[in-house]
Formats: sequence, structure tokens, C-alpha cells
Amino acid sequence: MSILIKNGRVIDPRSGLDGILDVFINGDLIEEIGRPLSRGGKGVEVIDAGGHIVAPGLIDVHAHLREPGYEWKETIRTGTMAAVKGGFTGIACMANTNPVNDNKSVTDYIVTKARSEGMCRVFPCGAITKNLKGEELAEIGEMVEAGIRAVSDDGKSVKNSGILRKALEYAKLFNIPVISHCEDEDLSRGYVHEGRASLLSGLDAVPGIAEEIIVRRDITIAAYVDSPIHLTHISTAGSVNAIRQAKKNYKEITCDTCPHYFSITDEATLGFDTSTKVNPPLRSRDDVEAITEGLRNNTIDMIATDHAPHEDTSKDVEFDIATFGISGLETALALSLGLVHQGVLTLHELFRKLTINPAKLLGLPYGEVKAGKTADIIVFNPGIEWTVDKNSFFSKGKNTPFHGRKLKGKNLLTIVDGKIAYRDPSFKG
Amino acid sequence: MERPSLPFFYEPSTRTRTSFEIAAKRLSADTINIAASTSSYVKGETLKDTAKTLEAMKPDVTIIRHSMPGAPHMLARFVDSSVINGGDGAHEHPTQALLDLFTMREKKGTLDGLKIVIIGDIIHSRVARSNIFALRHFDAEIVCCGPPTMLPPHLEDLGVQPEHNLEKAVRNADVIMMLRIQKERGGVAYIPSIKEYSTMFGLRKEHVNKAKKDVIVMHPGPMNRGVEIMDDVADGPSSVILDQVENGVAVRMAVLYLLLGREI
Repeated sequence: MSILIKNGRVIDPRSGLDGILDVFINGDLIEEIGRPLSRGGKGVEVIDAGGHIVAPGLIDVHAHLREPGYEWKETIRTGTMAAVKGGFTGIACMANTNPVNDNKSVTDYIVTKARSEGMCRVFPCGAITKNLKGEELAEIGEMVEAGIRAVSDDGKSVKNSGILRKALEYAKLFNIPVISHCEDEDLSRGYVHEGRASLLSGLDAVPGIAEEIIVRRDITIAAYVDSPIHLTHISTAGSVNAIRQAKKNYKEITCDTCPHYFSITDEATLGFDTSTKVNPPLRSRDDVEAITEGLRNNTIDMIATDHAPHEDTSKDVEFDIATFGISGLETALALSLGLVHQGVLTLHELFRKLTINPAKLLGLPYGEVKAGKTADIIVFNPGIEWTVDKNSFFSKGKNTPFHGRKLKGKNLLTIVDGKIAYRDPSFKG
Repeated sequence: MERPSLPFFYEPSTRTRTSFEIAAKRLSADTINIAASTSSYVKGETLKDTAKTLEAMKPDVTIIRHSMPGAPHMLARFVDSSVINGGDGAHEHPTQALLDLFTMREKKGTLDGLKIVIIGDIIHSRVARSNIFALRHFDAEIVCCGPPTMLPPHLEDLGVQPEHNLEKAVRNADVIMMLRIQKERGGVAYIPSIKEYSTMFGLRKEHVNKAKKDVIVMHPGPMNRGVEIMDDVADGPSSVILDQVENGVAVRMAVLYLLLGREI
């Protein structure tokens, strides 16, 4: 089976390639890029990408697939369907499943399930500590053997600095990143950002420093033991500032933010709409500006979704007791393209943060459109306007604060491992 | 009013519930009172389902008191009847603010030009929030006084002047509004001890003497005598605490009347 993608503007942020080119895919590999390529004929599917952009498939370092254990919220099947619709060809899934992915049998289960039912690549992320309790190291080595590409206790910080130190030292042995959720729980007993909006709503609030304090602590420990650290879903001006300063002295720091931290502010929580309840919380206008600036000046290396699908019944309750999380895979590309539309990033800069940088973090040979590389490719159009309709999500999680919002930029076609995994109904190419 | 209004309380309440019931009865409305402790809430029913069940009984008005901010707003999304917020967590208590402003105007003639001091556990107080929101519509000076842990950040953004010294705060005040410590919202953890709090922020006669001669002292109740307010102040000549209760019925009658589409 071969595919010829013709007439598209091909971009490859790693090499800087940018031009109207044809891409010939043979089997699972990109065989040739050039123009014109006369590779038509029997057994070749020809796709006309004229007027659209051909780019590496997006890679998400932070998603929740909920399987095993919470299949009513999401499954590997539905989560990866949402992923390919959104333009992702590979996603890392966090360990807070039930049972927790803290041992190789759970990793095995996820890997096997993803192979048979997944629509895209799934990179399991193992727990740092057993049962995410922050007390004893999980069997990281065995999980690496089974296929994890990172470790994280996402959902909480490893509270015990001594345990975090050991995790950072130990993970280095396997060349996998430690992904840190930064939250000082003693300061964060709340549901929204502490600021003017929380004063108005009376909701219990989390100050920005709850994140910044742990960002600083984690960097300090990582630098001391000379291990790489990745700080995930960074949301505050203070964190961006701390990371920017720290990167000058210590190179092994990377971080990501999520589209909701540069697209909306805590003002969105004023109507008590539980789809705006997320952890870390939506922040103030100043934070949003700092995050945007951090993306522009490369303090923030990549964009992750923190796709956190939930069933409606867990959100159709009082704000205090609603679940935290936003279903993000199907809006991430368009929201991120907003940065290009606003002139914050060039298309190449944005795609670095969505493809090659996440691939590098997870040690993956993906994220490039280049002859000889695996054919994980998308065709999208940054100019197509569409209105977010949560009811049309492939994800089981309809929890989005962007429902009804008009966005610009749409994924049209997703190719994973040389096979078409998603084609938008509107795409006639 | 042929159909009942339905007070619905997810949090203990005597004053507000009784006040609403009397208000409704004086308007000849039937009322049914459902308390959280006897409702399906304790059996695990969600607020959404409870709301829909109540709605099926076709009330004109549903009054809700709830320990969590935004619960009335959520209720309003699921029911067609009018919803009155009888107090939601640390968020708002709108009818309390209306009756407080009514009482201030009754005693002072106007709200413009008044210095109004709200003292106590501001961060957890829905009464403080609703009063501030309402008073911002007038040309009044609003001061909030309490220990720094009990004054939320950004108060100045609302045109409120924060103050930590009780004596300074009450100087030349026209209205002193005392609040209790919200023990149910963890207020006690914000101070070293009730004793120390009372020493530093309990309202005594000597404080009242520093205010304007015709100052009025208010309290939304329930009072903790000897903690935030001393007996001689609570029962003294400046106290309008029982007037507030009385006015509460009238104001709530007005709210119900207007919500039911009657014109004055």
C-alpha cells in the first residue's frame, strides 16, 4: 500500500523544509519528497493536498486515556480516535489509571491494547512511585522494558523531596524523562486560581505560587543530581520566570504548557461552568500573557494537551465537587494555531513545539517529514474556521470550555505508520 | 400565588429559612421546606436530579441555600422556575445584602456619603461579598477590617479599603457590620485562637464610642456573643440587629412579589 500526497505545502520544522512538494509513502515509510513525483499507478492512493499544509503528526507528551479502570470516561480506542481527529499521531498517557501504571503488567496491558485497538501510537508513562503515593519508587526498570517512555506521578507532586531525588537519579539509568506535576498541596486547597475572579466567586482558590514553589524545588533537585527534568502543564507567570532563569545555568530543563493556559483566563470560571475546572486552574490575564511570552521566547519548549476526559455526570454537579480536567485532543491544534494567527509564533516554531520537541523528550524517532522516516503525517489547513461542538467529539469526554467557540485551523487527514487513520468528512483531496 | 415556592436548604439555616417562609406565607403562597438532612441528597442524589424532581412539582420559586458557591446558578440552569439564592458557600447572600441596605437607608435616610465598616471573617463571608457588590452602586466608603488572613487579596479592586486595626477602622463610621467566624468553612484555622481574635477584633463599647454618634451596629446573625461582639454592644442603643431581622421579611416579600411578575 502506497500513498502519494500531492501539491501540499510541506513543512518540516526540524530541517526547515518548506515548499510545495509531493510526498510518497511506501509501506510505513516516507520514501521520497520532491516535485513533481510521478509515483501514481496501481495500488497508490493519490491525495491532493493543494491549498493545505503537510506536516509531521503531532505528539502529545501528556494525555489521560483512562484505561484500564475508568473506561466510562475514555478508552484507548476512543482516546486515540480523538487524537487522530485532532492531528496527533502519538500520545503519552499518564499513569493515574486503576490499577495505576506502576508495574509492568499494567504497562503490558496498555501496550497490547494500544497495538490492537489504538488509532495512533501510545507511549505509556509509568508512575514514579508505587500507587502514586509518593512513598516508594515504582519498578521503573521493568516498566521501561515493557514500553514506558517517561515516568510521572501526574495529578500530584512527589511531595517527599528525598523520593523525588531518588527518582531523578534512578530514571537517568534508563534515559527516560521524569515529568513533574508542580503543586504544593498545602497551598492548593482550592478549585480556581486565587485572584480577582476567585474573590468574586467565593470559590476556594489556589495561588500561583503553589506551582512556582515546586517548579523551583524540582529544578533545584534535578540540577543537584544532574538529571533531566520536565515540568508539565506550566500555568503561571512565576513558573515561566523561574524556568527562564534556571535554564541559563542548567540545560536539562524542559517544560510544556497546555492550550487552555494561553487561550482563556480565570474569568471563564465566573459563571461556575464546571468545564472550566482544571488543575492547575485557569489563571489570570497576566499569567496568560506570561505563558504566551514564554512560548515565544522558547522558555516553554512544547505544548501538551493534558487531555482529561470525564463523563458528564462528574461535571454536572456543584463546582466544588466536579472533577478536574478538560478534554483537549480535538481542540489543541486550532487553539495552538491561534498563536500563529496572533503573530506570536511562526508555523515552524509552533510545530517544533508540537512535534519534534515532544519527540525528543520521549526519545522517539518521530516528528519529522523526511525521506526514510516513519510516515506519521497530517494534512491540515490553518485557515478553515469551524465551531467547536462537544457533541461531535470522538472522545468520550465532552468536557470542554471551548464548546461553541469559533476556531481557525483544522486537521483534515492523519496518517499513522503509513496508513490513513483519520480523514475529515470535508476533505475532498 | 396558587403554586408553592419551595425553599430548599443544603446547609443549616434558621433565620433565612424562617424569614423566607414567613415572607411567602404573608403573600399567601404555599411553601414546602426541604432540608438537606431529610432530602435525597443524603442518599446520594445529585443536585441536578433533585432540582429536576422539584421542578416536576411546578413551583413558582425555588429558594436554595447551599454550602458550595454557584449551586443556585447550577440549579437555575436545570429548572424553569425562578431561583432565589438563599446563600451559597462563601459566594453570595443577595437577600441579606438587600435587607442590610434597606436597614441602613431606613436608619440613615441615604447610603451616599456613609462610611461602612465590615469587620470579621471577610474571606469566607457571603454576606460581606453581597454587601460590597451592592454598596458599590452607591457613593459609600467601604472598609473591611480583620486579621490579614481573613481579608482576601484584591479587595482594593472592588473599591474596598482593607484595614487591620479595629480602632482605626471604626473611627467616624456610620455603619459597623460585624461578621462571625465561619467555623464551617475552616475560619478558625485562620487565627491563632478565638480568645486572641476576640481581644483584637471583638467589638466593644469603647469602639462604638469612636464611631459617629449615630452609628448603627449590624450583624447578620447568628452572633457569637463575647467573640466578635460584646453583650453591651449587641444589646446597646446602636444595635439594629433585630431591625435587620424584621426588615428581612419585608425585603424577601418584595423579592418574591417582583419575581412572580407582580408590579408595584
